[in-house]
Amino acid sequence: MNFIRLGAVGMGMGRVGIELKQFFRDRESAVFNFLLPMILLVIFGSVFGGQDLGDSGITFSQYFVAGMIASGILYTSFQNLAISIPMEREDGTLKRLQGTPMPPAAFFIGKIGMVFVAYIAQVTILIAVGVLFFDIDIPTTSFAIFTFIWISILGLIAFTLLGIAYSVVPKQGRGAAALVSPVVLVLQFTSGVFFVFTDLPQWMQSFASLFPLKWLAQGMRSVFLPESAAAMEVNGSWELGMTAIVLVVWIVLGAFLATLFFRWTPRGEN
Amino acid sequence: MGGPHVIDADQVTKNYGEFTALAGVCVHVDAGECLALLGPNGAGKTTLTEILEGYRTRDSGEVEVLGVDPSKPTGAWRSKLGIVLQNASDLADLTVSETITHFARYYPNPADPEQVIAAVGLTEKAGARNGKLSGGQRRRLDVALGIIGNPEVLFLDEPTTGFDPEARREFWVLIDRLKSEGTTILLTTHYLDEAQYLADRVAVIARGQIVAHGTPDSIGHRGDAIVTWSEGKREMSESTTEPTAFVAALASKFDGEIPHLRVRRASLEDAYLELIAQDRDIHAGEHL
Repeated sequence: MNFIRLGAVGMGMGRVGIELKQFFRDRESAVFNFLLPMILLVIFGSVFGGQDLGDSGITFSQYFVAGMIASGILYTSFQNLAISIPMEREDGTLKRLQGTPMPPAAFFIGKIGMVFVAYIAQVTILIAVGVLFFDIDIPTTSFAIFTFIWISILGLIAFTLLGIAYSVVPKQGRGAAALVSPVVLVLQFTSGVFFVFTDLPQWMQSFASLFPLKWLAQGMRSVFLPESAAAMEVNGSWELGMTAIVLVVWIVLGAFLATLFFRWTPRGEN
Repeated sequence: MGGPHVIDADQVTKNYGEFTALAGVCVHVDAGECLALLGPNGAGKTTLTEILEGYRTRDSGEVEVLGVDPSKPTGAWRSKLGIVLQNASDLADLTVSETITHFARYYPNPADPEQVIAAVGLTEKAGARNGKLSGGQRRRLDVALGIIGNPEVLFLDEPTTGFDPEARREFWVLIDRLKSEGTTILLTTHYLDEAQYLADRVAVIARGQIVAHGTPDSIGHRGDAIVTWSEGKREMSESTTEPTAFVAALASKFDGEIPHLRVRRASLEDAYLELIAQDRDIHAGEHL
């Protein structure tokens, strides 16, 4: 039994390497899921970068980089998997794996591992670009770093599971991006990534509060903005406890949906 | 059917809505044997193969492969199977060598990746991305992935599509070697010379039923000879059990040589085409 479990983990680790090679060698995926936050940071930072938000003394870039890191979680996990898995289902990647003795757990370990490594690389470059070109202040307190780490981990797990579950929505690999990008864009526009969250209409704020991205962006602002900026949030605080609760609920829901809906072969092929 | 076979399918049925893909198919393959499954497109070959591989479910009937019901697959069982599916285009961004080495990790007793790459003739392409391979090279990669685990049973679903004649010959030699090492093989193919060369037995499937089975040399009316000749501009052909008498009678019709005379034994292809045509006629009769 131990041997079998080690086998699944060992094979899963092997799959992380293979998944990463495929992720970075596929040019579309590398640009769309990996480089996009950097490109957006450079564009938005160059246009609005120097402006302060009200009289807070906080630059737009500082606010925006928190939202871009939260978006990075969404890109590397949800967007990446919800587009690539339908393609892998269509081209037979999944069917081939199903026909080998590889335990299914190894496949999911490989996906999660790929998402984590891609995110760590992405966030490192994102922060480096922010510091070098847009005078971003990076957090130094151990509390901020701890918050950054747990929010990243919970966000990545939630959106990885949701990406696996959502991968059954596109019927064909080719059209997958068209069904995934609108979801990603709507979440970004309503969750305080491109605009200051409190400037959005009330109904939009309520809508976004149902989904994880709003909480990820708010949590990242708690990491990158000064303590005084908490007063600018909806409830005048960072609400880290609530953030943890919402993310855990979405992880449970995502795990349930992913196990219920995931399939190795296209619909109708059984 | 006697003792335990490596592949044992009994009265297997499968329907997709109104369409009957399999209407009670019985197939068995003994250890070390190669069975070729022949039949027109849509006859049920792939449905049957994928039921045996554990990909599809059956509606009724009994199935065992290596003593296990494929609808309840286990990892240990899968490690004894090698599967070459139809039309694969996956893994495009990896190299041949990366792919084979990686898949070897899934099996408890894999073959040496370098030797497998050499066996399918891809050594020169080992560093190339799979997506850059030609159709025939890509198919050889699929075959390599099918045999990397040292399988006891190998499923080959149209394995040589897109091969040039030389590559097809090389592939036959490779499969012959696996057979001599005791691998049991279920081959699906449209190439009847391939079935003739590789298979110990062939089964012809049409409209979800086995319409004939036997050795490649005995299936159909293989006692017959086929005599062909020309009369004016017309190509004539006659199937007969007494070719000598027939040619003698024919010779008396002509002054001297019979134009374009040819006498040959019916090939597997002749037998196959006749079986399929007969089946089509019977089926057409059912609708009158």
